[in-house]
Amino acid sequence: MKRILVGIKRVVDYNVRVRVKPDGSGVVTDGVKMSINPFDEIALEEALRIKEKGGAEEVVVATIGPADTQQQLRTGLAMGADRALLVEHAGALEPLDVAKVFLKLIEKEQPFLVILGKQAIDDDNNQTGQMLAALWNRPQATFASKLELAGEQAKVTREVDAGLETLEVDLPAVVTTDLRLNEPRYVKLPEIMKAKKKPLETLPLASLGVSPRQRVTPVKYEPPPQRQKGVLVKTPQELVEALKKKGLVA
Amino acid sequence: MSKVLIVAEHDGKSLNPSTAKCVTCARSIPGAEITVAVFAQDAAAVAAQAAKLQNVARVLKVENPANEHALAAVIAPQVVALARDYTHVLGPSTTFGKDLMPRVAALLDTAQVSDIMAVESETRFRRPIYAGNVLVTVDIDAGSKIVGTVRTASFEAAAEGGSATVEAAAVQVELPKHTRFVSVSAAKSDRPDLQTARRVISGGRALGSAENFKMLYSLADKLGAAVGASRAAVDAGYAPNDLQVGQTGKIIAPELYIAIGISGAIQHLTGIKDARTIVAINKDAEAPIFEVADYGLVGDLFQIVPELEKLL
Ligand SMILES: Cc1cc2nc3c(=O)[nH]c(=O)nc-3n(C[C@H](O)[C@H](O)[C@H](O)COP(=O)(O)OP(=O)(O)OC[C@H]3O[C@@H](n4cnc5c(N)ncnc54)[C@H](O)[C@@H]3O)c2cc1C
Ligand SMILES: Nc1ncnc2c1ncn2[C@@H]1O[C@H](COP(=O)(O)O)[C@@H](O)[C@H]1O
Repeated sequence: MKRILVGIKRVVDYNVRVRVKPDGSGVVTDGVKMSINPFDEIALEEALRIKEKGGAEEVVVATIGPADTQQQLRTGLAMGADRALLVEHAGALEPLDVAKVFLKLIEKEQPFLVILGKQAIDDDNNQTGQMLAALWNRPQATFASKLELAGEQAKVTREVDAGLETLEVDLPAVVTTDLRLNEPRYVKLPEIMKAKKKPLETLPLASLGVSPRQRVTPVKYEPPPQRQKGVLVKTPQELVEALKKKGLVA
Repeated sequence: MSKVLIVAEHDGKSLNPSTAKCVTCARSIPGAEITVAVFAQDAAAVAAQAAKLQNVARVLKVENPANEHALAAVIAPQVVALARDYTHVLGPSTTFGKDLMPRVAALLDTAQVSDIMAVESETRFRRPIYAGNVLVTVDIDAGSKIVGTVRTASFEAAAEGGSATVEAAAVQVELPKHTRFVSVSAAKSDRPDLQTARRVISGGRALGSAENFKMLYSLADKLGAAVGASRAAVDAGYAPNDLQVGQTGKIIAPELYIAIGISGAIQHLTGIKDARTIVAINKDAEAPIFEVADYGLVGDLFQIVPELEKLL
């Protein structure tokens, strides 16, 4: 079966202004709104569009996280994924271990394409897709803003600092999404009902034979230095004079 | 003693300024001895530039026709082959380094520290998370190789005046053929580069069209500034993607940043945290951009920008 595997991470919603715990031991996540990482929604949307165009037969969403992460998988199923995999693990997991878990899921599911987000907006690591491609010994096309499949290959346009770069990769491959790849669909109520009947398989982390290891230990969390609020000027003249005085414009 | 290997970023002809910033970061690792590796088809010109950076001890040229374009899958195994002799392997936190370095880390079976903004010891680093709303200090397992990307906005470029030795390094590894470069479309302009410009003028959704956005280019030209954009302006097609500033675009540190018709979402602000002076022009006095602006001007940009152009 031609299958696409999509990674979904549960993260603090992008609208939430996160706060550091007073003792600096972490960030406050209790009672905070959690969502699918925005880049992963884009990843899923892309997989669904490929399937809808006949380029794939099945879209499987997978997450590694606590039992609560079911909510995000259900949202993914409501968007249109066919099946969901929950690799249950309560603690934090470093990108290298996430990649190792995904490698196991790849062995199990044999996808021809894996789509992940380019970065999870909590830890902003931007590592997992590249690490997975390395461990799998397959191509990576990161920061994708366009993805075209043609037989055994994919042509991917990437958002790079210089502009847009196009690569051709042999499949299977790992693609990570950038913001402009697509605009994810909204979930409609009937789909949410239907999604409740779709298969969601739970796998304990240990059953996959991956033993996570802490290589990076956070020792302190702190808020960034705050900028001072400046002054309001009334006219463009006043602005230009102020900038001239500071030597910022000639 | 720490032995630091920096993977140079370049376009085949010139060394990208991000590399000089990695050198400054590497210097803050206690007792660092710094080597820069240039992976290229023909590395001579770039290697010569790297050799001039102060505090670089050695430049390694790794030449191979396969290195013509910086494909992560092709470069990574070669970096790994060199990495044996080093304690730290660093690259810039640009799209080049973000693409490459995690692949290197995974092949070394080690973690990566992304976006290093400060070095506290050989194994302790500070980095931003949650779109820069939180800073975390992390310790890396002593004993394992440390792979990291350097948040370039946090470091000054290393000065020239050095004279490192340049050597060719032979790297014997099999390179994959599964990834092929097709093309790159880079909008060529004579304006300063957004990532290194001293002045930047950015426009947001309020510009309303690609046509209107052009008025920022003429203002920028008057100031010798680079042009940037918010995500909304890029999404709407007013500006190309390489102008996006923010969490998922470019992180910049100009002396002067002028935000025009940009609301100041946290994802945008994280890209300009290190700007020396921020100016905001917005018709909504409540816009969050004013919370961080050194100078704010409330009003209609379509009136203000032409006036500014006349005054400058
Ligand atoms: C995962 C993720 C990543 C993101 N990454 C980035 C990123 O890297 N960079 C980024 O910029 N955004 C990013 N965003 C988007 C961000 O959240 C905001 O949506 C975006 O920055 C808004 O752009 P804007 O300020 O141009 O538009 P708006 O928020 O719509 O603001 C337009 C502003 O223009 C003002 N205005 C309107 N008309 C006029 C006028 N005539 N004269 C003067 N002022 C006027 C309005 O008062 C308003 O404040 C990201 C979002 C997500 C979810
Ligand atoms: N715990 C997780 N579960 C599922 N997918 C994940 C997880 N962590 C990371 N990913 C995927 O990897 C991408 C990049 O994450 P990161 O490397 O942590 O920035 C995310 O956008 C997800 O697609």
